[in-house]
Amino acid sequence: MLKKTALHGIHRLLGAKMVPFAGWEMPVNYPTGVIEEHLAVRRKAGLFDVSHMGQIRVTGFQALAFIQYLTTNDASQLTPGQVQYTIICYPNGGTVDDTTLYRVGNGEYLFCVNASRCDEDFAWMETIAAEKGFDVQLANLSDEYGLLALQGPAAGAILGKITGAGLAGLPSFHFVEEKVAGVCALISRTGYTGEDGFELYLPANETAAVWNALMDAGQDQGLLPVGLGARDTLRLEKKYALYGHELSADITPLEAGLAWVVKFDKADFNGKAALEELKRNGIPRQLVCLQMEEAGIPREKYLVYDGDRPIGTVTSGTLSPSLRQGIAIALVAAGSWKPGQRLKIDIHGRKRSALIIKPPFYPPR
Amino acid sequence: MEFPEELKYTEDHEWVLAEDDLCTVGITDHAQESLGDIVFVELPEVGTQVFAGKAFAVVESVKAVSDVYAPISGTIEEVNEELPDAPEVINTSPYDDGWMVKIRPDDPSQLDELMDADAYREFLENEDQ
Repeated sequence: MLKKTALHGIHRLLGAKMVPFAGWEMPVNYPTGVIEEHLAVRRKAGLFDVSHMGQIRVTGFQALAFIQYLTTNDASQLTPGQVQYTIICYPNGGTVDDTTLYRVGNGEYLFCVNASRCDEDFAWMETIAAEKGFDVQLANLSDEYGLLALQGPAAGAILGKITGAGLAGLPSFHFVEEKVAGVCALISRTGYTGEDGFELYLPANETAAVWNALMDAGQDQGLLPVGLGARDTLRLEKKYALYGHELSADITPLEAGLAWVVKFDKADFNGKAALEELKRNGIPRQLVCLQMEEAGIPREKYLVYDGDRPIGTVTSGTLSPSLRQGIAIALVAAGSWKPGQRLKIDIHGRKRSALIIKPPFYPPR
Repeated sequence: MEFPEELKYTEDHEWVLAEDDLCTVGITDHAQESLGDIVFVELPEVGTQVFAGKAFAVVESVKAVSDVYAPISGTIEEVNEELPDAPEVINTSPYDDGWMVKIRPDDPSQLDELMDADAYREFLENEDQ
């Protein structure tokens, strides 16, 4: 039985195509279609229901010490009101999940995690807390939160109409708790599209009211509801990792090009020794960004070749709505790959030329 | 959703228009709608032998890859050269400008196994349930 977000009825009314995603029934696109939705976010604004994502609260005397041991980034740098992108690793360096971490107060943190990984994340956190005897309380609050993402250059102007929060003074990766359309919200200047925008954490049963207020406020600004289809193409154009594709239990953050999230200079953390060894010996695989030079759309699992030599596979691929060309992230044997070099992707039985580019795909460099 | 009476239909959502000794083939209104924005089409070359029930072309939306299956066995006589540069035509005109190939059938009696518009409509209703 698939879970439904609080906005399920609204998506249906809007004519969304609903698909199963990570145990949830979610809108993949609305009748406007993935391309229009994608371009609306790049040019104006889009509103996403991402209530499927999980929220896990960590409180207690040792919350920071626990999080420092659990994650690869340095949570001690966070002040209350700040957000950090961070990664949870297994002891072997493989990835449990990539998350955002909110420092809500002293001794209170909130993880926002992938829907597909929420149960595993929570179980893993409980295991670590118990094994190491951390004095923390863990709460899986996923069912209590609704989550909306308002993204695009017009996002600030739209949200500003229905909140008294000082959005102009809210920098990227910061948040405030303030009312939106009369509903208590955590307003975070974050997103997964590469555009300016906000993520609004709301009480699940009041999410629909805020969705409707935002749609009204954005009506004359070109705001469109946007599904998971465009969410994927938007993040791919920016080379943002998606768990299960660029990161997994089998793919370490170092291989995924996320060394900047792994802080070796902090005290011991899960996966530290394995990742240090990997760094010392050199990673066996790396991600490259490929832009098609021939017709064809690369897709996940398609094989990548250097000449005739198979070197890896596509982890995510799509037609880029902004560039109108096929683009891919691929996990390939580590080498001295440079932007401008050509590789080949086997698409429908024919090897087609693709150029290595320096990310992001959009805007093109 | 439209299902012209003069066409025959397959369970894989292709349509066939049999005229003289050539069969024009495309994908149905239902197929284009389920796929969404069509952004890529790959067609076979003229002269290719195709086999009933086997894939002969590919259509792709942003999110999905979909094979197109030959409704009948035969030889590709003509392909719609406009499609690779304007694949969205399949969305806007699935039965006219969005035609994909013309096949010279090996055995025109294979057409008798396909559905007429009423049967296809009924097939779709059952598929939804």
